[in-house]
Amino acid sequence: MPQEHRLILKNIDQPGYTPDIECYLKHGGYEVLKKALAIQPKDLPEGKKQSGPEQIRDDVKLSGLRGRGGAGFSAGLKWSFVDRRSGKPIYLICNADESEPGTFKDRQIIHKDPHQLIEGMVISCYANDVKLAYIYIRGEMPEGARILNQAIAEAKAKGFLGKNICGSGYELEIHVHRGAGAYICGEETGLIESLEGKRPYPRIKPPYFPAVLGLYLCPTIVNNVETLCHVKHIVAMGGAEYAKLGTPNNTGTRIVSLSGQVKKPGYYEIEVGKATLGELINDPAFGGGLRDGRQLKAIIPGGSSSKVLKAGERFKLKRKAEGKEVEQEVGVLDLPYDFDSLAAAGTMSGSSAIIVIDDSTDIVEALANLSEFYAHESCGQCTPCREGSLWMSKTLHRLTHGGGRAGDADYLVKIADNIPGGRTICAFGEACSWPVQSFVAKFKDDFVAKGKADEEKRAKESAAKH
Amino acid sequence: MSAAPTTETKPTPSPVETITVKVDGKAVTVPKLSPDHTGTMVPTNMIQACFAAGTTVPHYCYHPKLPIAGNCRMCLVEFGTPAMGPDRKPILNADGSPKITKAPRPAIACATPVSPGMEIYCSTPSVKQMREGVLESLLINHPLDCPICDQAGECKLQEYSVDYGQSASRFVESKVHKPKRIDLGPRIVLDAERCILCTRCIRFTRDVAGDDALGIVNRGSYNTISTFPGKPFDNNYTLNTVDICPVGALTSKDFRFQMRVWFLKETKSVCTSCATGCSITAGSREDKVYRYEPRENDAVNATWMCDAGRLNYKWINRPDRLKDVVVRGEKSNWTFALKEISDQLAAAPKGSVAIIASARQTNEELFLIRKLATKLGAITDSIPRIGSGDSLLVNADKNPNVNGARLNGICFTETGINLAKIASGIEQGSIKTLLVFGEDVLKRSIASEQLKEKETTSEVVEEHSITATLLGKLETLIVSDILPNQTTKLAHILLPGAAHVEKRGSFTNTKGRVQKFMQAIQPPGDARAEWEFLHELVYNVTGQNGFKSIEGLFNQMAKEVPAYNGLSWSGLGDTGATVAI
Repeated sequence: MPQEHRLILKNIDQPGYTPDIECYLKHGGYEVLKKALAIQPKDLPEGKKQSGPEQIRDDVKLSGLRGRGGAGFSAGLKWSFVDRRSGKPIYLICNADESEPGTFKDRQIIHKDPHQLIEGMVISCYANDVKLAYIYIRGEMPEGARILNQAIAEAKAKGFLGKNICGSGYELEIHVHRGAGAYICGEETGLIESLEGKRPYPRIKPPYFPAVLGLYLCPTIVNNVETLCHVKHIVAMGGAEYAKLGTPNNTGTRIVSLSGQVKKPGYYEIEVGKATLGELINDPAFGGGLRDGRQLKAIIPGGSSSKVLKAGERFKLKRKAEGKEVEQEVGVLDLPYDFDSLAAAGTMSGSSAIIVIDDSTDIVEALANLSEFYAHESCGQCTPCREGSLWMSKTLHRLTHGGGRAGDADYLVKIADNIPGGRTICAFGEACSWPVQSFVAKFKDDFVAKGKADEEKRAKESAAKH
Repeated sequence: MSAAPTTETKPTPSPVETITVKVDGKAVTVPKLSPDHTGTMVPTNMIQACFAAGTTVPHYCYHPKLPIAGNCRMCLVEFGTPAMGPDRKPILNADGSPKITKAPRPAIACATPVSPGMEIYCSTPSVKQMREGVLESLLINHPLDCPICDQAGECKLQEYSVDYGQSASRFVESKVHKPKRIDLGPRIVLDAERCILCTRCIRFTRDVAGDDALGIVNRGSYNTISTFPGKPFDNNYTLNTVDICPVGALTSKDFRFQMRVWFLKETKSVCTSCATGCSITAGSREDKVYRYEPRENDAVNATWMCDAGRLNYKWINRPDRLKDVVVRGEKSNWTFALKEISDQLAAAPKGSVAIIASARQTNEELFLIRKLATKLGAITDSIPRIGSGDSLLVNADKNPNVNGARLNGICFTETGINLAKIASGIEQGSIKTLLVFGEDVLKRSIASEQLKEKETTSEVVEEHSITATLLGKLETLIVSDILPNQTTKLAHILLPGAAHVEKRGSFTNTKGRVQKFMQAIQPPGDARAEWEFLHELVYNVTGQNGFKSIEGLFNQMAKEVPAYNGLSWSGLGDTGATVAI
């Protein structure tokens, strides 16, 4: 039976656990930071020495930690790209702009255990020689910003932030910056622009890779809230030990935001890949199944921009078993919930937000809803996404308001096909077009039927008039 | 302003490190580094390599003189790089050519640096499809009002539609409506519906003009270019945004609805409003000038010019232009007037003639005046015209050719220092004949509060001592000018002159750049270019000949005047040559 494995959420929601520093310290808070700061330089075989921060960076690489924001990129590798020879300051930004529809995991940490994030950040900053870090928090989360500011003040008062942290001589300031309420600020270069006080237009890459030309054109690390919390646990356990959690290449634990038409929506922390989509939806430890009398229709597996999965779909996955690669056919509900399995199924685990859709939902209406969101959130900087996102939304609005055509399904896909695949500056192009492509591909009959019905209705009305 | 476009581009240091790439199969070698908009050397981009290979890459937001934005996505291309083996050596195909790994995703040619052995594919079906997709996106919400749009005929949407457009739109939704006829400032109107949001205007005014005046408001498809509330877009360089706007979104209030661009004859010319001498293109039709536009010249003005200079053309078509030769109040003709002047000058005792030339005259005219002055022993000078300058293009010296006057010996150190001598010569009766070319010597300095407005017409004159009473003492006052003024009223012999767009010639700018300009329109009535009658006068008075064409005249000057040695009219090309000043 799959169970939750609470690492990040260990204390969260426990009776009596409060977000203040006293409570955090009582539960062993900031001990890992002290451990990190105390790591002594290690002798390497070639006679060189490896500093404490370098050892932490190595450990994070060894842990196999993948970013929990959406792209699932190796955190250790991301850190290794940082230009450490430029002579410019290195910045670290915690991306707390959690805005992907269906995602509500980071806010649990921020609201209920802010010191865990701060400890994770201080360790990550120490590991990367960062003296100034920012928490970019979503504009719609004012309470989270208040809590974080208070936590920072508390940590500072106790010597876990500011000058000479824990007597180590290491110095770090963290500032909380509130966004003004735009989904695109979650894109790391858009976030950096916003933090610099500009419109959050994502930057072109090349040349503006944050690791080289980030905030104020200095080397910058942008990590998700949950990712930074994991760093604390990696240092506590050791990278090798942490890597034993989860499955190979999909290590550690992950908080899943489960929403939609299940009995028990909520956030659940699992070992990555140790529970299947079906278990997450149906197991009493997690979603507890669909509402009575309802059938599963679709699953959006990784935040609203991930490609939709259809109930009953089957996939051929390549698996390594006993040293050999074998192909295995699995149903959608048997997909292990990890980065690689979902990618192999043509979608992604994204921000690990599962939205469950049952047969009471009009799938065209559902897509219209998503598309409206993306049309509203497109920053408008580059052409395909700016024009395409609104075009798709207008089409879907028409299709759900009596103006449909049988050909609208193909029409929609043609519009969507012009947006993704490197045609846009940032991944928003994919985010807005993938849902349209996948919904129409997998539920084409629903779209055609709706259009046809509208056409017939109009024909009848027109005949009645004449 | 980070770039200084008035400085000459430094010769590229050699040997230049180069990279060889293939564009659609054609090998091309480009420098590893190329100058960006500030002149800083940065890695050469794919679009530059494509241009070097003679391959057109359609683009909207890219402009070589602006920072790169990469937002229009029209220049997306596919590319591949040589595959590397584990030994970091290129893997070879069976035929010995390097194996190319095609990149999984396209890249924008404007912002992707080239690397050795790279292959750029600009004409694959996929590239064509991407361009079609971008163009379709740009057009779905566009008003398609070409018949009433000033940009029609020089619009990139129209141009690329020929290659990548569709004859019929499949867009059946309602278009996005945005504000139209927005008054952005005193000279600019914005039609937000036509705008494709390439941000060239924003980048120009922020990064070149140094006035962060424009930005974008709203989101997504509703994005709209805007000024800050209550702050007009009114710097002296705003009209450049109309030039670089690839569509009809930004239009010039001055040129709006005046003339279809395809009717305009384009003539290479030079701006006369200050000593910078921006290279310009004069747009004219049937002897009327409709607009000036900057012409690319990295040694002078990059691709920009100031609004004041650009709008300083209306006087050319003024109805009160001098059109007749007038001798002692009677309408006359050139044959009669030139004979009378020649006879008088030939008979004039040495030193009894003074000449006030103009630093708005061409090098060739000033050269001829110098010849005349030498023969007559005449004292010469020119009128200084000083206003205010800026750090970008506007020079405080409002004459276009002070260096031409200096190098030709009309005035030796600076203009105006001989004016007092001329005044006292007239006062004492030693100077009996005064020739004035293109200057109102009675015009006085303008109070500083009036300066700003007047600057746009370059009519800023410094104080000197020549008065109407003094002019009245002269036996003969010969004036050649373009427009009537206080001095022309007193002239005994009045000769109607030609504006620079009505003749050919050259100017020497403040940095010694000698640029030639061509004739766009015919002078009105009997008006003639001064060099045309000056060469007759010089022949009549000195007996020297050989100046019957502007080419011959320039080449003669280049031979005789040391500063111009080695230059030739044809060698000046479109962007000129620099002489030591």
